[in-house]
Amino acid sequence: MTKPDFETPELTLTQDVPAVQPGAMEHSKPFVAKAAHQEALGFPGELVDNWKEVALDKMSDLLKTYRSLPVFLDSCVKCGACTDKCHYYLGTGDPKNMPVARQDLLRSVYRRYFTVAGKFLPKLVGAKDLTEEVLEDWYKYYHQCSECRRCSVYCPYGIDTAEITMAGREILASVGIGQKYSNEIIGKVHKIGNNLGLPKPALADTLDGLEEEVKEDIGVDVKFPLDQSGADVLVIVPSADFFAEPHVDGLIGYAKVFHQSGISWTLSSYASEAANFGIFVGNYENMQKVAERIRTAAMELGVKRIVVGECGHAWRVAYSFWNTLIGPFDFLDPKFPIPQHVCEFTNDLLSQHILRLDAEANDDKIVTFHDSCNVSRGSRMGNQPGGQFIIPRQLLRAACNNFVDMSPETTHEHTFCCGGGGGLLTDDLLELRVKGASPRMNALQRVIEDEGVTHMAAICAICKSQFSKVLPFYGMGMDMIVSLHQLVGDALVLDNGH
Amino acid sequence: MAFEVNGREYETDEEGYLANLSDWSAEVAERMATEDDCDLTEPHWEVINFLRDYYDEYQIAPAVRVLTKAIGKKLGKDKGNSKYLYELFPYGPAKQACKYAGLPKPTGCV
Repeated sequence: MTKPDFETPELTLTQDVPAVQPGAMEHSKPFVAKAAHQEALGFPGELVDNWKEVALDKMSDLLKTYRSLPVFLDSCVKCGACTDKCHYYLGTGDPKNMPVARQDLLRSVYRRYFTVAGKFLPKLVGAKDLTEEVLEDWYKYYHQCSECRRCSVYCPYGIDTAEITMAGREILASVGIGQKYSNEIIGKVHKIGNNLGLPKPALADTLDGLEEEVKEDIGVDVKFPLDQSGADVLVIVPSADFFAEPHVDGLIGYAKVFHQSGISWTLSSYASEAANFGIFVGNYENMQKVAERIRTAAMELGVKRIVVGECGHAWRVAYSFWNTLIGPFDFLDPKFPIPQHVCEFTNDLLSQHILRLDAEANDDKIVTFHDSCNVSRGSRMGNQPGGQFIIPRQLLRAACNNFVDMSPETTHEHTFCCGGGGGLLTDDLLELRVKGASPRMNALQRVIEDEGVTHMAAICAICKSQFSKVLPFYGMGMDMIVSLHQLVGDALVLDNGH
Repeated sequence: MAFEVNGREYETDEEGYLANLSDWSAEVAERMATEDDCDLTEPHWEVINFLRDYYDEYQIAPAVRVLTKAIGKKLGKDKGNSKYLYELFPYGPAKQACKYAGLPKPTGCV
C-alpha cells in the first residue's frame, strides 16, 4: 500500500493533446501470472525455452483463425487519425500509447515473418525480428490498452486495436507470460463460478443480508432469490454487485424492479458471474468455458429468459458472442430478446406502465451518464440503432428530474474508457488507471462547473470500481459514481412503500 | 517478497499479502500496518477480527454490506457505513483490512 509516486494530470476543461514524451510509461507493467494461474487456463507456467517458435506458431494460428487480424495488420496507411484518440495516450503522452504505435508492435513482427517484403527487405517495410526486447514491449504496452475500441471509431479503415491487443496478450500467455490479475480471476470462475471466488454459502448469506437491509430501509419484502428452479428469468450479474459499493445498490435496484413487476427471477450460484475475462486475454477456449456456465445454469433452472446486469464487457460477450459460444438458445422463450440487458428489461416495463418512477426521489442530485465502452461500441440494446445510448438515458430521465450529458465528443460511441477496462483494473497499474481516466475526468469537471453535476451513473462494474478509486485523485468524491439501477430503485414506486 | 517479525520470516505476495493464511498473528498484523503508517486501534481490531471469523466460516472476505452491518451492530449504527471504514482504512476497507487480517486480496471488478 505504498503511496502513489506519480503526478495526477491537471484537470482541463477542454481536452488538450499532450506533447509526446517518449518512454513516459515504459516502467508500467502488471504482475506476471504465477505458474498455477497459467496452468489452470491451459497456458504454460513460465516462459518456455522455445518461446520464439511458440509465439510465431501462435501468431500464425491467430492469423488463420481471425480473418480480421491480417486485414487490420495489412491495411493501416499511417494517416494519423487515431493518434490522439486513446485515453492512455492523452493521459500519459507516451507515443507507444498511440493506437497506431500499439498496432505496430505486432505489425512489425507480422511483416518480418509473414510477408514477402518483410522476409527479404525488412528495413524497407518496418519489419522487425522477434526479440526479447520486443516481447517485453508487448507485455508492457498490450497492458496499456483497455480494448475500449475508441480509436477504431476514428480509423478510416475501421482497424480495431482491441483485437490486436487481444492477439498480443494471447501470444504472451501462450509462451508463458500471462497477466496475474486476469488469469487468476478466470481460474476462480472455472473453479468457483465468479471473479471473487465467492462460494455459495457466502453468496446466500450476502443475499439474506440484503433482504434484511431493504426490509429495514423501506419496509418491503424484496427478495433476492438464489437457485430457484422454475423461475421465469435467470439474472446474470457481475459478482462485484454482491460485494462492492456502489455496485450493490444497483443489485438492490434490479431486485426492486423484479419485485414490482411480479416476474419471477433467480440468481444462480453456479453461474454467479456476468464478467468474462476470457475476452480480455483474447482466449476463445477460456471465454467459451466461462460462458458455458450460464447456459448450463439456465437449462438446469429451467428458466425462459436470461437478463444481464450492469457489466460492460459482459454485455458485449452476451450480445455479440453468446450465440456462437454457447448457443443455440432454443430452450428460451423466443418472444423476448435473447439475451436481454437489465436496462432494456426495466425500460420495457416502464413503457408498458407496469412500473412507475417518481423522479422527485432523486431531486437532490444532478446526474450525468458515463457510456461504457463495451456497451457503446461493441453491442447494442433494444430494437433500434443506438438503443444502447437511448435506453439508459430514457431510464435516467425517468428516474431523475436533473439529467445532463457530457460533451458529445466524450459520449455515445465517442465515449472515453473509464481508464480501468480490459483487464487493467488492478492496483499494480494504478498510475496508468489514474492517468488514463483524465479525459473522462476533464469532461466530468466541465459539467460539474457548468451544470452543477453531483453524480455520474454507469452500467459497468469495472467503471464503477475504477471511478470510486480514481475520483479522489482528481479532488472529487468517490461516492459521485452510482449504479444506474440505484437511481431507478430509489425512484421506483413500490406497492407497499416507496 | 518477505518480512521478518521476532526473527521469523514471513512470505508475502507482490503486494504484501501473506502467502500462508496460517502464518498470521497479531504481531504480524501490527507489523504490516506499521509499514503503511497505520496504528491499529480497537476499532481496527473489531474489523480485523470480524474479517477473520467470517473468512473462517465462508473462505472469502465479507461483502462490504455484510461488513458494515456487522460493524454497525458492534460499534453503533453511525459506524455501520463505508465512510467510517474508509476513515479506519484509507486504502479501502476490503483491501487494506484484508491484508492486516492475513486474508488474500479480493479479486474481480472491485
